Amino acid sequence: MKVIYTDSLVIGGGLAGLRVAIASMQRGFDTIVLSLVPAKRSHSAAAQGGMQASLGACIKGDGDDEEIHFADTVKGSDWGCDQDVARMFVNTSPKAIRQLSAWGVPWSRVRRGDHEVVINGKKVTITEKDEAHGLITARDFGGTKKWRTCYTSDGAGHTMLYAMDNKAIQMGIPVHERKEAIALIHEDGVCYGAIVRDLITGKLIAYVAKATTIATGGYGRLYAISTNAVISEGIGNAIALETGIATLGNMEAVQFHPTAIVPVGILTTEGCRGDGGLLLDKDGYRFMPDYEPDKKELASRDVVSRRMTEHMRKGKGIPSRYGDHLWLDITLLGRKHIEKNLREVKEICEYFLGIDPVEEYIPVRPTQHYSMGGIRTKPTGESPTLKGLFSAGEAACWDMHGFNRLGGNSVAETVVAGMIVGEYVADYCSENSLNVSTSTIQHFMKREEKKITDLLVRDFGENPFKLKAQMQKIMMDKVGIFRNGEDLEQAVEELKVLNQRAKRIALRNRISSSNPELVEAIRVPKMIKLAQCVAYGAMLRTESRGAHAREDYLERNDRDWLKRTLTTWKDDSADLPQVTYEDLDVMKMEMPPGSRGYGVDNTVHHPDTPKREQEIEDIKKANPGADRFELQELLNPIPIPEKFKGKNERIGRGFK
Amino acid sequence: MSDQERVLKFQIFRYNPQKQGDKPRMVTYEITEAPGMTIFIALNDIREHQDPSLQFDFVCRAGICGSCAMIVNGQPTLACRTLTSNYEDGQIKLLPLPGFELIGDLSVNTGKFMRAMSERVESWIHDAYADEVNFEKLEERMDPDVADEIYELERCVECGCCVSACATKRMRPDFLSAVGFMRLARYALDPRDKRSDEEFYEIIGDDDGVFGCMTLLGCEDYCPKDLPHQTQIAYLRRKMAFIR
Repeated sequence: MKVIYTDSLVIGGGLAGLRVAIASMQRGFDTIVLSLVPAKRSHSAAAQGGMQASLGACIKGDGDDEEIHFADTVKGSDWGCDQDVARMFVNTSPKAIRQLSAWGVPWSRVRRGDHEVVINGKKVTITEKDEAHGLITARDFGGTKKWRTCYTSDGAGHTMLYAMDNKAIQMGIPVHERKEAIALIHEDGVCYGAIVRDLITGKLIAYVAKATTIATGGYGRLYAISTNAVISEGIGNAIALETGIATLGNMEAVQFHPTAIVPVGILTTEGCRGDGGLLLDKDGYRFMPDYEPDKKELASRDVVSRRMTEHMRKGKGIPSRYGDHLWLDITLLGRKHIEKNLREVKEICEYFLGIDPVEEYIPVRPTQHYSMGGIRTKPTGESPTLKGLFSAGEAACWDMHGFNRLGGNSVAETVVAGMIVGEYVADYCSENSLNVSTSTIQHFMKREEKKITDLLVRDFGENPFKLKAQMQKIMMDKVGIFRNGEDLEQAVEELKVLNQRAKRIALRNRISSSNPELVEAIRVPKMIKLAQCVAYGAMLRTESRGAHAREDYLERNDRDWLKRTLTTWKDDSADLPQVTYEDLDVMKMEMPPGSRGYGVDNTVHHPDTPKREQEIEDIKKANPGADRFELQELLNPIPIPEKFKGKNERIGRGFK
Repeated sequence: MSDQERVLKFQIFRYNPQKQGDKPRMVTYEITEAPGMTIFIALNDIREHQDPSLQFDFVCRAGICGSCAMIVNGQPTLACRTLTSNYEDGQIKLLPLPGFELIGDLSVNTGKFMRAMSERVESWIHDAYADEVNFEKLEERMDPDVADEIYELERCVECGCCVSACATKRMRPDFLSAVGFMRLARYALDPRDKRSDEEFYEIIGDDDGVFGCMTLLGCEDYCPKDLPHQTQIAYLRRKMAFIR
């Protein structure tokens, strides 16, 4: 049995995983990163638009601060997020971006003087201040009050990932590439690493560690069409689920991005609309102002995606052999702007659609994009039920996004969570010793070996590629943007059948080393379980919140549903997961539930909401001299690692 | 996008070094073309319906991660964004990218090469104070044009096309190649990196470095991101010629 020991094992080499690894290494712990692919190829690189941090340097970001970023994030989440975590996040994001700047990200900078920009379909001139020249600038994104999304042209994720991986290389952090964690090792409620398959040799290796962090990204590939990379299959989430101890949070919270190209589902950044692009229907008509007169194309993502779908259902879509779509018009931004700030978008249009977006409209439609759900963690990033297991980034339900994530808050989360969770991982490594028995390691190793052997000797059975395609179709057709009880019940039943069939997979190519069919055979049963968590959670949640939109339960129901879905899979032979709920405590909220300001407000309010509102009023009255920091301390005291506690400086405002 | 259905003929290099006794060979697969079909779609179709053992690497399938470079009809390129309709006779020959360790079929180990390259050119900001930076304070300012220029050079996706297209690399196994020069040029341009020209010379000032380049410029011709390799190699060479 091959065993590799380390202090901090990080599964996933994207932004979140690398940042956790850097934090462990900085604190002197032996660290190993496992990755399916070379780290710089992780899906973090695909983030085009940018990272939200309330630096407030550009003129349209003037006056921005943590309070406004916090309010936008909580509203965006439809009050489904953990406000402690959202608070930690907004306070740390400016530090994260400045650290990345020191580590080499060439963030686009403020340029003094007049600039012509497009706002609400019209050309206007804005004037950047002299004193802000050379500071990190920002662009507009959906659902935000200020221009807060800091960027590098439209390659923000790429430059962040390169800087982060280069930092990891500088520190000598080993990244073991082409390795897939297929099971967690655990004993008495404590996690001690993972059983890992080498994707080239096929050998199984036990990586035994004090702390294990899962940072494997989202589960977008449960859907047939997704903007996600092909490796975003949720396997990290699935191995946590399969412990029967760790819980997954809010798996039904799945985001659809308004503007992926048709048919292949590749993303065009929200920056297209942030920079002034418009959505048009088959008549060339700009329809969003009719639905959302205030924020128009820049309403929150879930809202825009639903409005687009509604509009297409009215027959206003452009028909194509791949179904209806709408147009994204960025022609009004002009060649110079597109070739500089939206160049990746231009390349994608040229290569995949054969069009020049400077001259022609882009065919788009809402497409699966982001997984708000994931491994449920405490604010420290540790699983509340499986000690020593941590998670960060999209793989986690740290829960700063609730039921809808704002554009620009995901890459921001990866690095901020990486910083914060990384410190707690290091704390855990220093406070705990590694005392797992060899027989436990052997037990998990043997179990996984047997599963693979069974696959390799079975003569007849199911085709893993076909099972996957069927699962993806069910998710597309029945667990999409708009959901209803009937479809969801069918999806749950159909997935149950697939779950059983997935136990009888047989291979045509029966070799244990490098073998794409075997990889699929190992992953597909895991993916089906995750799909069941999503569909079942969606069926049970009889309200509409954020991206979870029920046609049969239109209202957001705080009275009955202000809670987080928790999913476990205790018995591997069961054909459904177990679902419980954890209440969100209104009486502890810094920002009690209110209206997001989109469409008709038909919220069923929680009885505590007016009480908490009154309490906050009273606290404010009782402390008339309190500044925003003191007030936050009174309303929402949060734990945050010592080194990230300081206030953030802003131009023209100092540390106020 | 053509609506006409035609049958594509893929000739694909097959060899699995993990499998005892396996020999390199070309295998032909036929599939029906679909509108908007890319090589990514075609290869997955072949794997799912004809040969589940076929190895290849895709991650983003959107031309931004650099995983899928291979030789398509004699030319190195990103397979994911290559439309099958580009090939009029419907014949498509695929070979793994040369210059890298073969994993199997069309899959090569670019990751190992690129990590070594990054270590060799020390692909990070050299500044003793970078780790002590007080991130509560305003970040250090940068001229907006300089930031844009750095990004121009940082658009490299480490796909390896330049390495595979380089004749010098064929003759000198340790030749750094354009990807390494581009990375170094990016740091040389960055005011945050405090390395001197003498220090850069230590890395690239020999025949395995910038003086070994025969200026055939396959890198410039085949870079999927249209990076200015020619200009940067010339610039580095001139800069290095002034040292010693």
